[in-house]
Amino acid sequence: MTTVSSRGQTPEPPTSLGMPALPAPDYPAEVRARLEADAKEVIARYPGPRSALLPLLHLVQAEEGHVTRTGIRFCAEQLDLTTAEVTAVSTFYSMYRRKAGGDYQVGVCTNTLCAVMGGDAIFEELKEHLGVGNGETTEDGAVSLEHIECNAACDFAPVVMVNWEFFDNQTPESARQLVDDLRAGRTVEPTRGAPLCTFKETARMLAGFPDERPGAVEATGSAGPASLIGLRLAKGEVAPGRGAGHVVSPRTAGPAEEPPSGHPGEQAPPGHPSSHDAPQETSASDDQHPAGPTAEEGE
Amino acid sequence: MTVAADYGGASRPQAGGEASPEKLLAPVLSAFWDQPESWTLETYRRHEGYEGLRKALAMPPDDVIAYVKDSGLRGRGGAGFPTGMKWQFIPQGDGKPHYLVVNADESEPGTCKDIPLLFANPHSLIEGIVIACHAIRSNHAFIYLRGEVVPVLRRLHEAVREAYAAGFLGKNILGSGLDLDVIVHAGAGAYICGEETALLDSLEGRRGQPRLRPPFPAVAGLYACPTVVNNVESIASVPAILNKGKDWFRSMGSEKSPGFTLYSLSGHVANPGQYEAPLGITLRQLLDMSGGMRRGHRLKFWTPGGSSTPMFTDEHLDVPLDYEGVGAAGSMLGTKALQCFDETTCVVRAVTRWTEFYAHESCGKCTPCREGTYWLVQLLRDIEAGKGVPADLDKLNDIADNINGKSFCALGDGAASPIFSSLQYFREEYEQHLTGKGCPFDPARSTLWADNDAHLGVNA
Repeated sequence: MTTVSSRGQTPEPPTSLGMPALPAPDYPAEVRARLEADAKEVIARYPGPRSALLPLLHLVQAEEGHVTRTGIRFCAEQLDLTTAEVTAVSTFYSMYRRKAGGDYQVGVCTNTLCAVMGGDAIFEELKEHLGVGNGETTEDGAVSLEHIECNAACDFAPVVMVNWEFFDNQTPESARQLVDDLRAGRTVEPTRGAPLCTFKETARMLAGFPDERPGAVEATGSAGPASLIGLRLAKGEVAPGRGAGHVVSPRTAGPAEEPPSGHPGEQAPPGHPSSHDAPQETSASDDQHPAGPTAEEGE
Repeated sequence: MTVAADYGGASRPQAGGEASPEKLLAPVLSAFWDQPESWTLETYRRHEGYEGLRKALAMPPDDVIAYVKDSGLRGRGGAGFPTGMKWQFIPQGDGKPHYLVVNADESEPGTCKDIPLLFANPHSLIEGIVIACHAIRSNHAFIYLRGEVVPVLRRLHEAVREAYAAGFLGKNILGSGLDLDVIVHAGAGAYICGEETALLDSLEGRRGQPRLRPPFPAVAGLYACPTVVNNVESIASVPAILNKGKDWFRSMGSEKSPGFTLYSLSGHVANPGQYEAPLGITLRQLLDMSGGMRRGHRLKFWTPGGSSTPMFTDEHLDVPLDYEGVGAAGSMLGTKALQCFDETTCVVRAVTRWTEFYAHESCGKCTPCREGTYWLVQLLRDIEAGKGVPADLDKLNDIADNINGKSFCALGDGAASPIFSSLQYFREEYEQHLTGKGCPFDPARSTLWADNDAHLGVNA
């Protein structure tokens, strides 16, 4: 198969009121034992066990790269919830993948400020360069591309996130180089954050297990340049102008050789320039989970 | 023509502008972000870190609450509610556990202060947490950090570990008898979880949907127990107040809006970034000291505190950026996220994108917000594409009016703000988009690299 189709393009499973889906398969015994030990540690942090649900969903995502029916069953069993309750939570939050994805989740901010500053052009460039659409994964399983909402780095716009590390002040060229490096397996370092690890390893940190790699906490220093600008002025230093050096991303060798038109309408349906940013089908069903209305009774 | 003159001539040129950045700025939280390893306990302690805590622990809890109340510190997360008063609402002697929950779910479009603060100086938050928990008699605090910022998660994990090892967290902190555990909790991607009651539901392992109030979190918050929910910057500001004194704090800002705060300048400005200053500085002063708008361009519209605060134009360059000043000018101070857009930016495009954001992030609980944001998006897309009709503009206003104030939380109000304010200031620009004309702007001219582009003329 060439690409993993996006949620929006997944055909609706035929409505069937027949046999309910069978319960999800369990993890293999050794995986289950390992995850149970982790889960116990996570649950013990909280006064109320259910508070551990978001971390546990990150944990099962760290195991399989997305939240599977098996992962949902595991979380439900750990917290004495139904799979319906866990599914309702996991589908509410955008960081839980509902289908297999790449080792690197590349998110281009297309909220207003980043979009205007070039995020739309970067997103168009990456879609074309990678040959995938929003929410899709490259054939080699390396990169999943999506557009994201504001990631609290507007003073570094336009921003691209890879596995939730910051790549600041990007251009279409620097972003193209970035995904090429990721696909070639080259070491990639963010502008702010630690050298990239895989999506699964990142998910484990989100479950609350600190990054143990030497140097990871220190990486990229105290603060990014924009964070320091007011402090430097207050100390009597002169603000730098926004010259070429400021504009060109640290990841590129030179300025743009081929200007993108940046028009967001180019690949969007005619007449709807912004529609790539349309609300997602947030309640779309997992296509591995073609349960009819009576499914939970069967579990 | 000077660069500083570029951003707009419509308003008073004499206001501010002359004073030097050294006098106008007041780095406190950001004072040592330029030091090597600024995030470590060692660096923090070299800069009087945990001194405020020593002073607080020597005071009875109620005195700490009164002190913070007297300082006049107001919430930095948007609403501006007095922090000390929030603490005071916690019932005492009720026999229930009390909780402190720090809202580190910074997601309001344009807002980018808490994330750099936590990346460079996480111990200011940890110290503030210990002081706050002493005051409200809590043994359990949570930092609800949005999940999409792993570099910050890493540093918070490390800061909490260091604080435990040094005896600033854990049992019998500094011999005071206070026991405190801090849990760093990563969210999973949902703007709505920045709303305090949705955050609490999320922290309880549920979908992040706002609760109907009353009861307020101070009475029935996390696990139905008394809970204080404070923004990162609010809590991180507390140690300096305790250490340097409330009079020092009140020497900055105004009577009703005292103190220092982080202003985040972004967009088409020469030098985007964090500027920590006393409350009440103006955008003109900030632009004057930082190099103005990008060369050769003029300020067109800006937000004082994120996309949910009604936008301003170059008429508002001299509005004092404090709670009262911005409120009197018809907007809200919000998160002090100063997103500046120049004349190359289409206001319809900007508002459409923000509205798509609100539609995407509406949790779906309340009908006016869920349905209203959906229909706003449909109308705006048609207008942006040149398929709108004149009646659509009134319809936009009407739908926004039917969302505003009619849902459980402020997300819907936030969605209405850019609609109302853009129609107020830029109705003509909407009209230019109507009836087949489409968008008159070229997005390529707005990009970060636009003016470096020798080939720009090809697309323009």
